[in-house]
This record gives sequence, structure tokens and C-alpha cells, in this order.
Amino acid sequence: MTDPLNLAWSGYLRDDGRKGVRNTVLIIYTVECACHVAHAIANGEDGVHVIGFPGCYDNQYAIRLILSLARHPNVGAVLAVGLGCEYTQPAKIADVALKSGRPAASFFIQDVGGTRSSVERGKAILADLRRTIDRDTPRAAMGFGDLTIGCECGGSDGTSGFVGNPVVGTFFDRLIDNGGTAICEEIVEMIGLKDIILDRAATPQARTQLEFAYDKAVRYCQQVRQYSVSPGNFAGGLTTIEEKSMGAFAKSGSQPIQGVIKVGQQPPWAGLWIMDSVPDDHFMGFGYTNPNDTEGIMDLISGGSQVVMFVTGRGSVIGSPVAPLIKVTGNSRTFERMAEDMDFDAGRVLAGQISLDGAATELGEMVASVASGQPSKPEALGHREYFVMYKHQDEPTQKRDCKK
Amino acid sequence: MTVRCFKINPADNVATLLADADIGPVEVRGGGERTTSITLSSPIELGHKVALTNIAGGEAVIKFGVPIGTASQPISPGQWVHLHNCRSNFDARSGSLDLHTGATTDTKYD
Repeated sequence: MTDPLNLAWSGYLRDDGRKGVRNTVLIIYTVECACHVAHAIANGEDGVHVIGFPGCYDNQYAIRLILSLARHPNVGAVLAVGLGCEYTQPAKIADVALKSGRPAASFFIQDVGGTRSSVERGKAILADLRRTIDRDTPRAAMGFGDLTIGCECGGSDGTSGFVGNPVVGTFFDRLIDNGGTAICEEIVEMIGLKDIILDRAATPQARTQLEFAYDKAVRYCQQVRQYSVSPGNFAGGLTTIEEKSMGAFAKSGSQPIQGVIKVGQQPPWAGLWIMDSVPDDHFMGFGYTNPNDTEGIMDLISGGSQVVMFVTGRGSVIGSPVAPLIKVTGNSRTFERMAEDMDFDAGRVLAGQISLDGAATELGEMVASVASGQPSKPEALGHREYFVMYKHQDEPTQKRDCKK
Repeated sequence: MTVRCFKINPADNVATLLADADIGPVEVRGGGERTTSITLSSPIELGHKVALTNIAGGEAVIKFGVPIGTASQPISPGQWVHLHNCRSNFDARSGSLDLHTGATTDTKYD
């Protein structure tokens, strides 16, 4: 059998050297008041995704997140739409996209007129952006060494830690052996596993970063008196956050952890990275860590993941903008019940129909197929859920390209 | 006896059901040991845990080879291990949840 990790396909080359698996036009609205117009502009258009920030007051964390998506390797062009009175500035977002080599435009609805005239203006800009990137975006061969893949789990049950996450972990081990990058998030789902996590650190610096992030997560959960475990998790057989953590951590595979990145930050070099999405200590202390699965998936995309895995034992019907989502379940019953939404049945490992390695190989083939343009199930269904929230995180300090 | 449960680590004192099971014997596999059996004292659903040994109140419940909680009352072999007899060492709220649905009982809706 051919190792799927030797597969290559054609990607979209960006000015910073990263390669995308899609050439999406991203519409970004800068306040809830512009939300309807932004979606109306995208309505009926292929390859156009919408994200936005609801608040009128701006937030540095949210802006970092939005800019990381505006410069994401899967994004070819950007249209930023604001109402006109909010703090977040569409023109500045478009500027950042332009500087990154992407065609971009912006306008305020109040300057153009009302709903219909703004939608018309937006559609005209879209057509222009699409023509430009279809003509000008260079294509380049890409393989697993060019991929960053994030993994999130949600709606976990007793099968998630058993096979769903271990299949992804086994695939991640091979991805990293082939020069690729994996990002796991959900430090709040590592609670109870401090020693196990610290022992995976690649370097003393990585160990220090992991310890800091772990202690912060425990402190935060204690303060808000809320742990990352839900009624569906309990009903699915998970009894405590520690048990869920152990299952969730299985998605990280067995490679050494290079360090901790924050939301909106690219891994500085290849390998396995942990993303810290927990708010930093701040005078107001608001903002829950990961209020829902979509928020966690957005975080992983902000780290440059071109494809994201979502492991769900209970089943889920979400998707994501910018990076295609591949839904994996370790529960074959869930797979059968929700076959229209689930991409991959890892429950076959439990039934003895396939080995863990065999399942990881199949998953690798699926990733290559999605990366080469085949839509994942949520993508084909049109799921583009997004969530950008107020949160406080200090400026990330780790710089790109400065390994050790 | 077709239903099985799986013991992940030799140190575990619980195993996870691979399918829904009624009262009676199920096969225990894994843990790097030979196949044994355990008799369930109540039905247990897929993904849920069964005690393999006596676990005293206050003793650690072990899965994946690590403590995943503490027994809040004595647990006998074959018993379902869940919210009613195992509590988190971090999350104080977990003990107050509905045993079957996991829904909160302390949130007011009216």
C-alpha cells in the first residue's frame, strides 16, 4: 500500500511562502450591525466565507484573531465591511491583507447608503476580487510537509479517548515524521494531567511554557468555577474532567511538544504545538476559555491550520470557515445515525474491523483528498460557523523562525 | 457473553464498555492481560465504566493508568462507576449533576 503521507497535490502559494488548500475570498464584518449585509453579499457566491466580530468596542485579541484569518494560507482575498461608527476599522484590516500580498477592499455601509446599495457594492467588489485571484494566484505542489493541521474534540463520549482521538494522534505522529505541523488546543482539557504533559516537552523552554499555561488554566477554571465538560460528555460515560482530559490528550499522539502558542500565532517551526486559548490574567477577568466547539476551531485556524479535525463521539453538525473541517467519530452508532455529517468512522477500530494504524492511514488519505479540493462533509453541506469573542490575551512573544 | 469491556492500562480499576450491556457477565480484555470476565450488577451503556475491583470510599478511580477521580462511596466489582460514586478532584459541580443526562440541577429556569 502507498503511504498516503507521500501524496502530493496542487496548492495556492502565498507571498509568505505558506501554501493554501483553498483560494477563498473572506468577508469580514467589524460589528454586529454589519452582519446582515456581509452575509447578503456572500449569499449565492461560491468560495466566499464570512466571519465577523459582534462588539462595537474593539478588542486586541479579537483583532489578532481576525488578522490571522485575513492572512490565512487558504484565503486569497479579503473584503472588510463595517457600519461606520464602531471601533474596529475595516480599512486597517484591508491594509494588512494588502500588505500580505492579497487583493483587498473595504467600505463603511453608512458611506455607501443602505442595505441594498451596500450589498450591490459588495457583490461588485467580490466579482473583481475573484477574477483577480483566479488569474493571479500561483499554484504550487504541496504535500504533508506543507500542512498545519489542528485538532479539536467536542461532544466527547467514552469512545473519543478510546479510538477517536488516538486515531488522530497516530496520524499526527506520522504527519510530524513527514515534516508537518500539528496544533492541539484545549489546555482546559488537560486538567489533571500536569506531569504527563510536562514529560512530553521537547525542551526545557517548552516545559516552562507548558507549566505556565497549565497552571493558568487550572487557576482560571477554579475562578470561573467551570470546567470544560458538558452534560453530553457525562451522558456518554465520562465521569470527570480528568477522565475527559486523558482522552482529549490522546489526540496529541506521542511526539515531543515544541512549545505553547497563543491564539492568532503561527507555530514558529514544524512539529507538535499546544495552543493556549485561556484568557490571561486581567483586571476584568471576563471571557470563558472555549465557550463552544466553534470558538476552539477558530483558534486552531488562527494558528494557520489549513485543515482541522474535529473528533466527536456524540456527533455534531458544525463546520468552519477558511479551513475545511473533517469530522471523526469513535462511535460507529453515531457515524450511522449522522452519516450525512460524519466524515470518518474510527469506531471500526473498536469493532476489530481495522487496526489503529490502518485507520490512521485511511485518515491520512482523506486529509490528502480534502487538501486537494474534495469538500469534506460539513464543507459540502455549507457549514461555515464562526465565533469571535471578547477575550484578553497578552501579546504573544514567541517569534517566527527562531528555533531554539 | 458477546459484550466486552476494555481495560486500558494494567493499573486500571475500571474498564470501559464497548457496547450496551445488561446485568450479567461481560468479557474483560486489554491491560496486557489474559481475557477475564466481570458480572455487571446493573445495565451499563457503551462508553461507560464498570468497576473491576473493590474501590474503597476516598480511593482513586484509575483509568488510562492515572487517577480520573475519587470514589465518593465504596464501589464493588461489577458496579457502574459514574457521577453517583466517583467525584472529580477539580470540578466540584460534577457531583450535583443528573446521573443519566449529566444536566445541571443547580441552574434556575424559573
